[in-house]
Amino acid sequence: MTITQDEIFKKVKDIVVESLGVDEDEVIGTAVLKDDLGAESLDFLDISFRLEKAFGIKITKGEMTPEGLTNDPAFVQNDKFTPAGLAELKTRMPFADFTELEKDPAVERMSKLFTVNMIVTFVETKLKSQS
Amino acid sequence: MRWIWIDKFTEFTSQQSATAIKNVSLAEEHLHDLYPAFPIVPHSLIVEGMAQTAGILVGEARDFAEKVILGKIGKATFHRLVRPGDTITFSARIDQLSEQGAAITGTVTVGHERVADIEMMFSHIDQNIAGLEFPEHNFVFTEQFTELLKTYRVDTKVKI
Repeated sequence: MTITQDEIFKKVKDIVVESLGVDEDEVIGTAVLKDDLGAESLDFLDISFRLEKAFGIKITKGEMTPEGLTNDPAFVQNDKFTPAGLAELKTRMPFADFTELEKDPAVERMSKLFTVNMIVTFVETKLKSQS
Repeated sequence: MRWIWIDKFTEFTSQQSATAIKNVSLAEEHLHDLYPAFPIVPHSLIVEGMAQTAGILVGEARDFAEKVILGKIGKATFHRLVRPGDTITFSARIDQLSEQGAAITGTVTVGHERVADIEMMFSHIDQNIAGLEFPEHNFVFTEQFTELLKTYRVDTKVKI
């Protein structure tokens, strides 16, 4: 049986509420995990474990949160993603919405990619690739 | 001297589960601090016992090569007080183990009575916390600590 996007959202919402200890009504699709919900780096590992358990998926290191990009001068210059960096990020995170980051590709704004909706799309992509 | 809060392992299955015990003695100073007229083991130290049991289980799963730190306590529910003379049993099970860390489910009992249910997440910190650097040597599983663990390997039926 195929799980709908709404059902994925509900499960993701429960996970975020449990993991971050936030109120349910704070967990809207556009909420940024770090800026709006107070997530710290270890919370992403916790959320990743909870997603694996809830959806029966396997998330490998760097799959949801790409690594190693910001240290590469081809991808980042003067604390901003270069066009090549943005392109690489888009390749690695096809499930993210880049509208905000493209307006100002400052590295510190990368956290804005990690919204509740991004997690929902990530899970949806994983489930599709498994079926 | 590293602070070891558990007395010994009674079961150890690599990458799966571990059980350790802690005998509580009235001679322990902390028992007189919380409620002087009513000595109990503080809940925080029950969590510590589980963290040590589970932390060693998670560390052994990667042959103590990773720096394993307690990242999060997802849940800690307590059902019963622990008092002098009790033997606490910490049972930890690895639910998920990855390159980056592990998720643990733990139960704490005294005899047949349930003391606590605890869920924890451990991080292999060199594989996480992007941008932060840590000392190269393993400050979690030190040489002194691994020497101590050898006593379990050599002297007991439980091999770690």
